[in-house]
This record gives sequence, structure tokens and C-alpha cells, in this order.
Amino acid sequence: MKATKIIASRSRDRSKMLGPLIGTLSNFWAWIFLLILVAFFSISGPGFFDIFNFQSIGADMSLVLIMALGQTFVIIAGGIDLSTGYVMGLASVAASVAMTHLSPGTPLAVVVLVGLVVGVFAGLIPGLLNGILIARLRVPPFIVTLGMLGIARGAGFILSGGQPVSVNIEGLGQLGNGYLAYYLPNVGLSFFNLPQNLQGVRLRDIVGILPHPLTIMVLLVFICHWLLTQTRFGQHAYAIGGNREASLRAGISVVRHTIAVYLLSALLASIAGVLYTLRFSNGAANAGDALLLDSIAAVVIGGASLFGGEGTIVGTLIGALIIAVIQNGLVIIAVDPFWQFIVVGSVIILAVLIDQARAQVISR
Amino acid sequence: MADAQPILQVKDISKRFGGLVAVDQVSLEVHSGEVVGLLGDNGAGKSTLIKMISGVYQPDGGEVFFNGSVVHFSTPLEARTLGIETIYQDLALCENLDATANIFLGREPMRRRLGIFRTIDRGLMLTESRQVLEQLDIEIPNLRRPIRQMSGGQRQAVSIARAVYWNAHLMIMDEPTAALSLPEQFKVLDLVRALRERGVPVLIISHNLQEVFAVADRIVVMRRGRKVGERAKSETNDNEIVSMIVGAEEIKQV
Repeated sequence: MKATKIIASRSRDRSKMLGPLIGTLSNFWAWIFLLILVAFFSISGPGFFDIFNFQSIGADMSLVLIMALGQTFVIIAGGIDLSTGYVMGLASVAASVAMTHLSPGTPLAVVVLVGLVVGVFAGLIPGLLNGILIARLRVPPFIVTLGMLGIARGAGFILSGGQPVSVNIEGLGQLGNGYLAYYLPNVGLSFFNLPQNLQGVRLRDIVGILPHPLTIMVLLVFICHWLLTQTRFGQHAYAIGGNREASLRAGISVVRHTIAVYLLSALLASIAGVLYTLRFSNGAANAGDALLLDSIAAVVIGGASLFGGEGTIVGTLIGALIIAVIQNGLVIIAVDPFWQFIVVGSVIILAVLIDQARAQVISR
Repeated sequence: MADAQPILQVKDISKRFGGLVAVDQVSLEVHSGEVVGLLGDNGAGKSTLIKMISGVYQPDGGEVFFNGSVVHFSTPLEARTLGIETIYQDLALCENLDATANIFLGREPMRRRLGIFRTIDRGLMLTESRQVLEQLDIEIPNLRRPIRQMSGGQRQAVSIARAVYWNAHLMIMDEPTAALSLPEQFKVLDLVRALRERGVPVLIISHNLQEVFAVADRIVVMRRGRKVGERAKSETNDNEIVSMIVGAEEIKQV
């Protein structure tokens, strides 16, 4: 069969060889950019290149990245979720209200569990509505989630009475700001709790290792990466984002899957909301207001296509790291913090420009 | 072959869209290991006919028999489950996924990890894909490349390989070579012959007379929703088929 060879040789044509090469390179640009940023701040900002500073960057970015993980699935499946910021706020308010209604003396584990369950439940309602409206009634995701942003925002403020709900529960703040392990020079390690009977100077010498928000974030990154790369759930997100019609013809239950993707996004936003409450001992309807754009930016910088079908969890992680390093580094080198918006904004546009250049080379 | 049971038998099937009769009492048989060409001008009803066979449309009258029993498909998926695969003009592939992912789309093999986690078995997908492509003599250098980076003919080949892998009992192809370069058209026709050798009957729609003469064993001609003729390839020629397509015979009689 001679024709076989002709088909094969067409693809060995030189212009086609260029495609994969540039495709691979442009996935690397974000890595390279991150390395350049780290190098730059390490040289110009004393105290930047420090394991404890990196640890606090990790803790500071955790809420943004956790929301971005859910957003990655949504964007790969060809959608967008603008409601996550206020879903996060709603979850934090619901968790706070529930926790303050518990009788004093309730064990801390029960308090946290109640907060988590109530917060996640409150956050899943807008997620379910998003999914049903988008998948079943075929309303564009941008419109549905923009509407849901307003609804979740209103619900959060009504539930909280317009004010942040502060939670004064013994030990809660310590847990939210706690570390997986504590190290006291010359004494040793202790896990989860501070060593007992420490006073004054010695308390100040204590070193915290792995803040809880960072640990939870890392855990969720692994779970989401596994979900996206190893399971049918992830595979079908790519398929639906790539070609919805083909997915339907292949027997994928597109409607159910789309609803599940928006539920996952709401679940992760709600977890971020509960973590916010544990960390800052209060619930605020607008807790996630500033984080929404950063979380979408992380996904886009990470190489996901807003047309669907492309994106990875590793990419989103790099995207979130780039944003967090810029924010942290600019503070350390004492640049007016408002510059970070300009820098991050420019990086988003740059990321999309590179993505388009790549698409053109590949399609040629 | 005539006494054997046909794989597909269509009896007096009709479809109306409002006042328009798109398909008017058409009967058709496809036997095992046979390529049937369906010819006709634009609007002759070819596409509507095959959409009734593949479950996209439901007929208003008549019956479809598949392997001897009456079938009613309410979705294309039901037809596919029984082994009627359709290769569409617009290619039902996910361009962002690679060839293996497309061959296994919606039917990914799973395996257990550590006893509890069910994950996609990509290794199996790769070896099975390689095997089916090899059987069909399709050469795709890198199976891990997204379909988007492949030529039209390679994509068509992936569609066909998918159908073969999932044991198609009948392959319906709607203008499979319409958007392809000449060498790629030849390759697709080679694939049609390969399918016949494997005993998979093919119902192929085309505008292109040469193409149909190159692969079909039997030719069915439709005009204005009706079947106007059916010939074994060996008993006919271009002129006769063309006059059936344009209705020249009728004009002569008038």
C-alpha cells in the first residue's frame, strides 16, 4: 500500500516538525519565567531566598491555588467559573455562623468538622445551580457564573448581616495558623502542638515547619493532578472541552460530567473559604473577592486555553507560584505594592500572547 | 451471497420534513463483506437515509432490520452499541487528544492501582491502538501527538481504526474523502477495501463516481428521495449511472 507511506511522509514535513518543538518550549516558558523571577528577587531582595520565606509564600498562595485547581477543570472542560470568589466568601460566612452557634466547650475537632460540612454544603448549592444551568439549559458559562457571583455575594452578606462574622473559639486560630511540626533548637521536634511549658525567649526560638494551609494545598494539588491525568473524570474533561459533539457521540455523559466539574470547582472554593475562616478566625462574604482574578490568572498563565481542551494542574501550580513570587518579592524589595497588579496583569496578557503564537505555529 | 441473510436490510423506509418527502419508501440491503455505494445528486436523500440507519433520525415509515431483527434507534449511541459505526464528514474526534485517546474515547480501559484506585490504563491503550493501526496498515509515526497536528487522511484513518477496534458490524461512511488530498483519498479507499477483506460491510456515500466505481461491489442510486436504480458494478457503466442520477431515462420516456 503505497498511499500509506505518503500519509506518513507528509507529517515528517519540516514545518510540521516545528510544531511539537515550539509546543514543548512554550510549556517551559512559565518555568523559565519563574526561575528568572526567583533569581531576580534572590539577588535584589535580602531575605527572599530563604526556606521560611518560601514556606510563607506557599501559605499565602494556598487559597488562590486551591480555587485555581477547580478552575483548571472548568476551563479544560470549555467553561469558566466567575463565581468561585464569592462562593468562597459564602462558605466562610456559613462556616463561621455555624461554628459560633455551637455551645462553648464543644471539642475543637467537632467545631472544625461542623464548619467544614456547613461551609462546603453552602458552597455546593451555587455550584450545583451553575452546573445545571450550563449543562442542561445550555446558558453560556460566563453569564451563569457572573449571575451566580452576584447571588453568592448577596447570600453571603445577608447571612453575615453585612459584617464579617468573627469566631472566638479557644484554640481555633492557633489551629488555622498552626504548623505540621515545630522544631526547637537543642530540644527536638514536636508534631501538631507546641511543646509544653515554654516561656518567653524559648517560645521565640521555635521554628514552625509546614504551615497547615500549605500542607492542605499540596495534598489537594496531588489529588487534583491524579484526578486530571489518571481518571476518566479528567480524561472526559479534556474530551468535552475539545469537542463536545464528539464526546456525546462517543457516549460520554456530557451533562452529568459538566455538572460534576462545576461542583468540584465550588467544592474547592468552599474548602478555601473554610480555611480562610480557620486562619483569620472570621467569615467574610467578600473574602475571595480579590482572589478570583488571581486564581483565573494562575490557570491562564499555566497554559490552559480559554477555548477549552488544554491545561494541566502542574501548569496552574506554576502560574500561582509566579503570581505569589511577584507579590512577595515586590514587598521584599520595597516596591509600592500596587505595582504587583500591573506586573501580574502584564504577565497574563503575555501568557495569552505566547499561547496564540504557539497555536499559529502548530496550525500552520 | 443473495440467499444469505443480509447484515442490514431496509424496507420501504420513509422520512418527511414538513411537506417535503426526503426519503420515499426506499429499500436496500447490505450483505457481509460487501461495499455498497450510495450515489445521488444533492438533495437526493442519501444523507437522510443513512441518518435513519445510524439513529440520528427516526423513520416515519418502513422498517430497518439489522442481523435479521427489527431495530429502532432513538440515538446514534444505540446504533453504535449494536455495531453500526458511522464515519461523519465533520470527523467526530477530539482534536486536542491523541490517537489512542480518540480510539478509546468514552470507553477507556481501567485498571486497579493499590487495590482501590481505578485509573486509566494508558499502556494498554497504546499497545492496542498500535495493533489495530498495524492490522489496517495505517502508519502514524507518533501516537501521542494531538489529532490536530495530523493530516486529514490520518484523522480519517483514526476514525476508521476506532470503528474496527470496537468491532463494527457495519460501517457507514458519509463522503469520507471529501476534504482530502488525492493520495489520501486513495489511502481511505484502501482502508475501505481492507474493511471488506475483514468481512465488515461498508455503505459509502459519495458524489464521486470514480471513487464509487473503484471500491463498490454494488451501486444504489437515489433521486429526489426515491431509489431509482441498483446495479452490480460489473453490470453497469458510468453513463448508465450518470443518467440515473440526473434522471435522463425518465426524460427519454416522456
